[in-house]
Amino acid sequence: MAVAKHSPDRTTARAPTAEHEDKHVQYVTAWVADQLFGIPIADVRDVFIIQSMTPVPLAPPQILGLVNLRGRVVTAISLRWQLGLPEPADRQRMIAIGIESDGESYGVIVDRIGEVLNLMPDTAAPTPFHLDSRWAGMSAGVHSLDDCLLVILNVSSVLAFSNDITAR
Amino acid sequence: MDELLREFLTETNEHLDVVDVELVRFERDPNDIDVLRNVFRLVHTIKGTCGFLGLPRLEAIAHAAESLLGRFREGKVEVQPEDVALILASIDRIKHIVAELDRTEAEPPGTDRDIIDQLEGSLTRPQEAARVARLAPTAEALPNEGERGGTRQPTIRVTVDVLEHLMTMVSELVLTRNQLLDLARRQDDPALMVPLQRLSHVTVELQEGVMKARMQPIGTVWQKMPRILRDLAVDLGKSIDLKLRGPETELDRQVLEFVKDPLTQLVRNAADHGIEVPAERLKAGKPERGTITLSAFHDGGSITVEVSDDGRGLDYQRIRRIAVGRGLISEVEAERLSDAAVSRFIFHPGFSTAQAVTSVSGRGVGMDIVKTNIDLIGGSVEVRSEAGRGTTFVVKLPLTLAIVATLIVGVAGQRFAIPQMSIMELVRVRPGQGDAVVEKLNDALVFRQRNELIPVIPFATLLGLTPQDGAITQDGFIVVIQIGRQRFGLLVDTVLHTEEIVVKPLNKRLRNLRCFSGSTILGDGSIILIVEPGGLVRMFEDYAESAVPTVEARPEPEPQWVEDDSEGPVSLLVFRAGTDMAKAVPLSLVTRLEEIDVARIEQAGGRLLLQYRGHLMPLVFADPAMSLQKEGRQAMVVFSDGDRWMGLIVDEILDIVEDELTVELVADRPELVGSAIVRGRATEILNVAHFLPLGHGDWLQREVAPQAVTRTVLLVDDSEFFRSMLAPLLRASGYRVLVADGVEAALATLALPRLVDVVVTDLEMPVRNGFDLIESLRAEARFAGLPIIALSSYVSPPMVERARKLGVVNFVAKFDRSGLVEALSAVLSARSRGVAA
Repeated sequence: MAVAKHSPDRTTARAPTAEHEDKHVQYVTAWVADQLFGIPIADVRDVFIIQSMTPVPLAPPQILGLVNLRGRVVTAISLRWQLGLPEPADRQRMIAIGIESDGESYGVIVDRIGEVLNLMPDTAAPTPFHLDSRWAGMSAGVHSLDDCLLVILNVSSVLAFSNDITAR
Repeated sequence: MDELLREFLTETNEHLDVVDVELVRFERDPNDIDVLRNVFRLVHTIKGTCGFLGLPRLEAIAHAAESLLGRFREGKVEVQPEDVALILASIDRIKHIVAELDRTEAEPPGTDRDIIDQLEGSLTRPQEAARVARLAPTAEALPNEGERGGTRQPTIRVTVDVLEHLMTMVSELVLTRNQLLDLARRQDDPALMVPLQRLSHVTVELQEGVMKARMQPIGTVWQKMPRILRDLAVDLGKSIDLKLRGPETELDRQVLEFVKDPLTQLVRNAADHGIEVPAERLKAGKPERGTITLSAFHDGGSITVEVSDDGRGLDYQRIRRIAVGRGLISEVEAERLSDAAVSRFIFHPGFSTAQAVTSVSGRGVGMDIVKTNIDLIGGSVEVRSEAGRGTTFVVKLPLTLAIVATLIVGVAGQRFAIPQMSIMELVRVRPGQGDAVVEKLNDALVFRQRNELIPVIPFATLLGLTPQDGAITQDGFIVVIQIGRQRFGLLVDTVLHTEEIVVKPLNKRLRNLRCFSGSTILGDGSIILIVEPGGLVRMFEDYAESAVPTVEARPEPEPQWVEDDSEGPVSLLVFRAGTDMAKAVPLSLVTRLEEIDVARIEQAGGRLLLQYRGHLMPLVFADPAMSLQKEGRQAMVVFSDGDRWMGLIVDEILDIVEDELTVELVADRPELVGSAIVRGRATEILNVAHFLPLGHGDWLQREVAPQAVTRTVLLVDDSEFFRSMLAPLLRASGYRVLVADGVEAALATLALPRLVDVVVTDLEMPVRNGFDLIESLRAEARFAGLPIIALSSYVSPPMVERARKLGVVNFVAKFDRSGLVEALSAVLSARSRGVAA
């Protein structure tokens, strides 16, 4: 997977053109509720549709279950839950962003996947201080796009949750 | 290559390896009985096995050599140098044939008449010279290439990491293969099937190969024991010998890593606590030197390692006192507990019986850690002991940790895998269908098994899949699980199948879930969770604390001998009938408790009858002073045996209690066994046998026993090959199987207070043969009625005669598997009819 170099070159914030690609960070974007989030492409292993999932009884509530991804066991985590948003009553089609952390595989479940965007990382605004603490903890900054804001997800904090909750 | 043939070759090659060394000693000292024994054993095993595999050439030569060796072993004939040469030549010939067999999967053509004639000649005309001269050229004429190669292969060292990585890759391959097979099955494309089958075979071979590469003999762990023990003995001022049996037994290296420390601790413990100081030993009439024996052997799908000493044995009274002193049990409980139950306290954290704290042990940190470590990998440890004769710790271990044999069960629409190692029994429960039922005791669910009440937990509730007080289906299966001293039943909806699964560790965010140890991917691609029985026990204990305190507080009876245990507590059904005095019957005899509308009871010819489950069931009053109620519902206790039923009419069911039963006999009341104090109240214990003929005239010709009793078979055979072939077969036929590798082991097993229903013994065994065993058993009154089935690879009329005289009930050819199963079933059903008559 291509890893975009962090560039000291100062250009405009929005320049998703091929010529400047090497100066930008690519983000895999995804929608949760009506918010756009971005994860640096270097942190993303793959994006996949979940066909079947095995729920784990007594697991922390943000762990939705285990998924077989080509012979690997992937732990599915609800980004909605992590953001303090309600779970939809019925998820028709689950889309997950595959992430590796400490040698273990996770699938972060999102509502839908957006485009891959090229953005200059150092033009991101810092996280507004009055953001919900849960959100603030997962945000590595906010990019202003033409039509919306994009929250850069801090992958390690998405996966950081206490695991001593043993019952729903 | 045929599985059995391969196993035979492996086993024989291992023996040949040993004998290679022994032969050197045999040459030097031909009358050394140990060496003779080993050589005899090899020849004997070959003979026993190749008859089964259809290898006449090997069988003939082995038979002739065995006969001659047998004579030497009995010490009737002195071994002459020419005999040594003859034996060496025979072994060489066996090697040659085995090597050919390995190469071509068939015996090479040719005859061994030359050697056999000489062997037989030596047998009839003992000492004759000039034989060597004739023999030597024959032996050398044998082609030698290949036979060394089979046993002394070049080796290569690889790092453990490489092996572990290989294992992981193979596991992945197995999973992928399973998925492919599943896909192909659905598509039904024959073009796909052929390469897939090939892939499947290769995968299996690869898996076996890698598994084998991970195996290490347990001897590698034992190697340091002699030194440890020597140092200990010097420190403690004792003299101790160490005997190692079965050091070649192989275990997965991961398992070995785990048991290294527990085993060392057990040996230290035996040296410190078990073996007495020399003076004390001499005073007790024992040899000055104590012996600690380490033995390891395969037992079905697991490995058993025993650490035994010939020391003073456990001091049960002392353990009782300490347990009371530590507040673990009350004085009354201490009195009531059986020795076996008491012995388990030594695995309790912080429990030490050492008089003084020594540098070796006695700090109370050893045994509970031993147990914890062994439990951790799905093993178990038990202790048995005889005062003055020694203590044996029996450690059962899984063969490997990477692949686990599991039972797949269904709960609340989800599937789970339960390791078979911890499953004792599987019982179908269904209300109102004549199967076992789950009953309610206060708010706790229990289930009757023989004369024991087993706490039952609905798995769904434990997993939070149903609300705590929601309707629990009582139609399903109970998986009886035993971990350490805790036994309980897990109620599941369905039992699907058994499957060998590759364990994948759980994500670290799920590792604090006590009930799961990992997950696996099944052939259909779905993931299922693997249940961790040890964690279930802890969850169960928490659950029990909140819900069923009475059941949890009860001490755990010894599982193996609940059936005929007269010392331990007995479950009693207490009821009132006629008089005010409470009456009771052993719960184990009771089939069901019923309340029947009086209007349904019919009278015919002065007898009371009830239409019950499609039968006319006779009803009998529990007390002659009773009469039927005019209306409403009549309580009754139902007894059954096969298709016979009888209802005992009572006024009111009071309780189910478990108590130590001391019965005082009552002289002139045939309807009573006697009276006893049950839970502080005088209670009449009913003699069920008195009431049964009142209902059915012929009932006493049959045994009144709880149904579905698992019969225990003791299988005695010196050949691991036969043991591992027959034991699973018998288990599959529904028997509980204990195995012994010889007469001594068999007698040791029988000496334990567990119930062996029938003994199946090989007649031809080295050292002491099957007849020795049968004679020893028949010499003891308590084994007089024990049925014995003899296994033999050949039968001669004098043998049959001798066996008949000893009361052997049946002769079965060694390879006649179905014959053995039939004989067992015939013996056991005849026995259950005969006992009560």
